[in-house]
Amino acid sequence: MTMIPALQVKDLRKTIKRKEIIKGISFSLYPGEVFGFLGPNGAGKTTTIRMIVGLIKPTSGTITIGGKSVTSQFTEAMKHLGCIVENPELYPYLTGWENLEHFARMDKSIPKTRLNEVIELVGMDRRIHDKVSTYSLGMRQRLGIAQALLGKPKVLILDEPTNGLDPAGIREMREFIRRLAREEGLSVLVSSHLLSEIQLLCDRVAIISKGSVIRTDTVDKLLAEQERVIWRVSPVDRAMQLLSEETSVKEGLDGTLITLYDSEQVPVWNKKLIEAGISVSEMKTQLPSLEDLFLELTGGETID
Amino acid sequence: MTSLVHNEMLKLLRKKRLYVIILIIAFLVPLFTYAQFKQIQTAAEKLGTDDWRTRLQQEIVDTQNRLSSSRIQDEWRKFLKVRLTQQQYYLDNDINPQAPGAPTFMRVFAENSIDLLLPLLVMVVAADLVSSEASGGTIKLLLTRPVQRWRILLSKYLALLLSVSFIVLMVGILSYLISGIVFGYGGWNLPLLTGFSVQGDELVTNSVHMVPQWQYILMEFGLVWFVCVAVGTLTFMLSVLLRSTAAVMGIMLASLIAGAILVNMVSSWESAKYFFMVNLQLTNYVSGMALPIEGMSLGFSMAVLAVWTIAALVISFVVFTKRDVY
Repeated sequence: MTMIPALQVKDLRKTIKRKEIIKGISFSLYPGEVFGFLGPNGAGKTTTIRMIVGLIKPTSGTITIGGKSVTSQFTEAMKHLGCIVENPELYPYLTGWENLEHFARMDKSIPKTRLNEVIELVGMDRRIHDKVSTYSLGMRQRLGIAQALLGKPKVLILDEPTNGLDPAGIREMREFIRRLAREEGLSVLVSSHLLSEIQLLCDRVAIISKGSVIRTDTVDKLLAEQERVIWRVSPVDRAMQLLSEETSVKEGLDGTLITLYDSEQVPVWNKKLIEAGISVSEMKTQLPSLEDLFLELTGGETID
Repeated sequence: MTSLVHNEMLKLLRKKRLYVIILIIAFLVPLFTYAQFKQIQTAAEKLGTDDWRTRLQQEIVDTQNRLSSSRIQDEWRKFLKVRLTQQQYYLDNDINPQAPGAPTFMRVFAENSIDLLLPLLVMVVAADLVSSEASGGTIKLLLTRPVQRWRILLSKYLALLLSVSFIVLMVGILSYLISGIVFGYGGWNLPLLTGFSVQGDELVTNSVHMVPQWQYILMEFGLVWFVCVAVGTLTFMLSVLLRSTAAVMGIMLASLIAGAILVNMVSSWESAKYFFMVNLQLTNYVSGMALPIEGMSLGFSMAVLAVWTIAALVISFVVFTKRDVY
């Protein structure tokens, strides 16, 4: 992997009505990487994305796509970018094909043959000549991606790409995004408010809260730290006492105990409980909820 | 740029706006043709005679009598002389001035639709040109392509100019073709009076002269086009500023109707003449129908409209290129 970033964001800030909404965000995207942008609604994900794609002008900071600045070299930067911001809104009164033609006409470097290529890529050849108003949300999402891929971009930005899709659609979308990154060497920036989503899709993730990135790391590393084990045991009091000797324990809502996950230590703890005559009826690993993760990363209330 | 304008025209056609406008015109023209036809019939009944030649001769004698009177002013005399030539021409060339052909209908139709009907039709096209992209969310795709924002707005404006020209052309063609079925297609060379001007609060007639109707129609359609472009540009600006097409339509409708009311009050409230909507009846200056108001002339009204149009264009482009899109 070459280490020249396809997308680089440096100390990005946005002030609206004297209120700083984005407070100095920096991150980089490398070729072939799926990068997650994780945060609750209102954290500033969409505002940041809108600044990257040139819809909102940053108050300060720089954004470069393929080495070109979005603010000073707009058209050159946009040639390397494909995006869907929020919903895939296309012209409902045109057919899918006409929509693609419409956007292809806006960039002279896109050859006519590219239309068929992207249609095949998203697997839409059967309904492409129907009006978009007759499409399901999943099909609109795919057409939106086809549109984003028209200019053979280096960077693909997808804002909440699985929003409103059914489980099958979500899985299909996930595989598709991974394939694009793997086979076409695309850098993909995906935003989501669901941790599970990011976990399955992304290589690295930036966690954003109240306009700042509070942590950027690989998904594996982050999860390894934050994964928990839920114990359903009886009697609870005695188990709590024993586990407390080994690690930090928190009581769950329905009489369960929660500890951090540690692949080496969990069997040891389990053995200890059993030897003490405690019955262990259930042990499962669980991802923390996003709120828990935030509380933890922002230094609020934690399970420790 | 041509491919961008192509895109905009495609969207306009697919939204079926232009079809609706053609339908409206194609529906209204026969309606007015019938009304005009009825009017001529009633007029003939009132006079009790079908012989227009006798009546025209009577009018000529009237004019001649007035000319021979010594008490009339010089300029009025001049006007009457031109009028006499016109009436004599009608008689000599066997033209019934009361039974107009299709070109006359076309001219009268344009004169009567210049201040309300045509601006409304133009508004239908211009109102959602930008606002529909904003409310439909497609603006986000449009503005994230490798095309500068001003080029996108310019392509939309050019598409608007094309549509306005098309609408004005359709009004001309449809009113000619449809009314011709009833009135016949002749009358292009009918002489008409023009050259009226206003001095102080009086109508000055000393530069009045005759022009053939086809020339007169060309002149009037030019003015119609100018008014439509001005109204279209103002609507376009509102469409840039507002997300809601309904709000754009509401504001434009209110100001056009307010203009139709205000026109009659400008003589007492003089500064109202700087509003664009009281300056829409440009054809009245050509036909000498304009109310004689201090400072209002064809040049003045066109200048007012031009200033409003340019201001609207500047605001549209500045706002559109600078704005944050949410």
